[in-house]
Amino acid sequence: MDDGPDHKNKALTGGLACPLPITRHEQVLLAHGAGGRMSAELIGSLILPRFTNPALNRLHDQAILTLPSGRLAFSTDTYVVDPLIFPGGDIGELAINGTVNDVAMSGARPLFLSLGLVLEEGLPFATLERILDSMGRAAREAGVQVVTGDTKVVPRGKCDKLFINTSGVGVVPEGLELDASRIRPGDAVIVSGTVGDHGLAVLTCRERLSFTSQIRSDTAALYHLVAVMLAASSRIRVLRDPTRGGVATSLNEFAASARLGIVVEEESLPVAPAVRGACEALGLDPLTVANEGKLLAVVAREDAEPLLAAIKGHPLGREARIIGQVVEEHPGLVALRTGLGVKRLLEMPVAEQLPRIC
Amino acid sequence: MTRYVSEFRDPAIARRLCAEIKSLVTAPWVIMEVCGGQTHAIVRSGIDQALPPQVRLVHGPGCPVCVTPVEIIDQAIAIARRPEAILCSFGDMLRVPGSRQDLLAARAQGGELKIVYSPLEALQIARENPGRQVVFLAIGFETTAPGNAMAVSLAAREGLDNFSLLVCHVLVPPAMRALLGAPDNRVQGYLAAGHVCTVTGLADYEAISRDYRVPIVVTGLEPNDILEGLVMVLRQLEAGEHRVENQYQRSVRPAGNPLAWGMVEKVFAVRDQKWRGIGLLPASGLGLREEFAAFDAARKFEVAAITPEESPLCISGLVLRGIKRPDECPAFGAACRPEQPLGATMVSSEGACAAYFHYQRL
Repeated sequence: MDDGPDHKNKALTGGLACPLPITRHEQVLLAHGAGGRMSAELIGSLILPRFTNPALNRLHDQAILTLPSGRLAFSTDTYVVDPLIFPGGDIGELAINGTVNDVAMSGARPLFLSLGLVLEEGLPFATLERILDSMGRAAREAGVQVVTGDTKVVPRGKCDKLFINTSGVGVVPEGLELDASRIRPGDAVIVSGTVGDHGLAVLTCRERLSFTSQIRSDTAALYHLVAVMLAASSRIRVLRDPTRGGVATSLNEFAASARLGIVVEEESLPVAPAVRGACEALGLDPLTVANEGKLLAVVAREDAEPLLAAIKGHPLGREARIIGQVVEEHPGLVALRTGLGVKRLLEMPVAEQLPRIC
Repeated sequence: MTRYVSEFRDPAIARRLCAEIKSLVTAPWVIMEVCGGQTHAIVRSGIDQALPPQVRLVHGPGCPVCVTPVEIIDQAIAIARRPEAILCSFGDMLRVPGSRQDLLAARAQGGELKIVYSPLEALQIARENPGRQVVFLAIGFETTAPGNAMAVSLAAREGLDNFSLLVCHVLVPPAMRALLGAPDNRVQGYLAAGHVCTVTGLADYEAISRDYRVPIVVTGLEPNDILEGLVMVLRQLEAGEHRVENQYQRSVRPAGNPLAWGMVEKVFAVRDQKWRGIGLLPASGLGLREEFAAFDAARKFEVAAITPEESPLCISGLVLRGIKRPDECPAFGAACRPEQPLGATMVSSEGACAAYFHYQRL
């Protein structure tokens, strides 16, 4: 713990004329978060080049933004996934895509993000750089700019390697109102692809789990898909990305808000074979496992097929299916119709049984 | 693996088996599925609702988490709170109520607790933490016993002195006998637990079927396994016959798995055992043999003197014996819910009350 101040002193006294280049260290030191030259070096050499844009490059305490007129969608999320890097993605991509998706589920085009990093002393720079690389790439792909940020370093043991917070804003198109209270009996429920991939990818790559799999996280930014969907149907009631708690949780939230029932057809649920197999082995239900690149849509029955076709035409929606419908029976509850034609309750999970996954 | 699973969930086969059951039943029958995994498969897939009304399924004691006595949970909590200890457990023990709290609450108060998927994982944690005492909460039926025996055997071979088991192993056949011998027994046929028999074989079951004149079909855990097992049991009941049949032939050999059971017998010896909700059953459990006493956490930590307390509202004993169904309990879904359970049957992933709560409140 005492290393921090020492390094800071060296940086500020002995090395005053010539700041310690970041590349001399293989790991993050407490001094990199102390607000001095080493902090500036970290921001200047690692962060700015990956996210460069006029608002960020000013390096002021705030970003000044010009927004199109309309209603603002604003969201924040903190990412604490363990491990940092998993098959199909890493915490950086997750932190960009997750907040982009939360904004996009309102129908808003995500525009600007903030980025808060909490680094644990000793984090290898190689890891940090890899994660910042994928964040830069994810932000470009999603069409968002990281315009303000903050970096803190905490002593070893005070956080687990790297925590990230992102907040995001976007502007909701004029006249668009996506809300679960607009759901009506007869509406169709669509899922944009296979469920459970992210949670199982993270879980099965944890050390000690005695089997491996080819399951990859589905992390992806969904705004471009949302834009395609909004163009295809004006009768989408609500969108949601079923992250923690999975599809079962989102559907239960819909049913509760709408005070209507939802019936899901078990046989129409898209689940990748490897995910189904791993869920069997671990005693999990893919419907309660997190997704990071899927969305649920509730849409008026008459628009269901055209909307499904539009979703399937997008690379992130090829496996999309209509999985159920909204009913007047059992208001507030979700039922699953099994292969025997019998309906049983589909609950939201009581508590997260998995390690941290997002 | 999935192809293997989907064949046994094929809805067309399931509907055909249901129709077969309807056509062969002429009288009311009470059949118990012994294994909690089967209970969940039944309620989850809706088999209980698809059967004709004459066939009543009652749910058996085959949920290891549910029958683990409350004092074992209390002992595990006491061990987890010791600064030198790392308690390792399967995930579904964590929310099981002890007398005063559960393991999750003990962890929140500073106890070190790790969720593992195998006792060998706990053994590895012991190897990596020579300065700590690693204790594995070794519960379960005949299915988990070989793995636990293997962990102890390896620890003994490696001379590890920081690894031990808090043992609560139970055996299925003595419980099946106790249920059939009880004056209020209603069970007329058994679906026996396929995975248990995979390890032990069929000999004990032949004796039970003979002694109590009851049909027993060793059955798998997939919905279509269970439906096929029911067809086989009902055929025997309707014909007035009683014998052991093996529906789960893809897994169960008549002699079981001698290698696995040999490992169990090397490390463990049969002892009288208390079952939560049922009571003390003679020769119904496994304890570490004297030569492995060094790996017995109950001796190592002197935690035996804890006085347990159970909720007076909980009827899980009646549920575990097939006398009451979970939804016949006044506390079900009201005073007792998964987030605030009165008994283990409400939180275990194999508990009957949990199955009813999660799938049957439409």
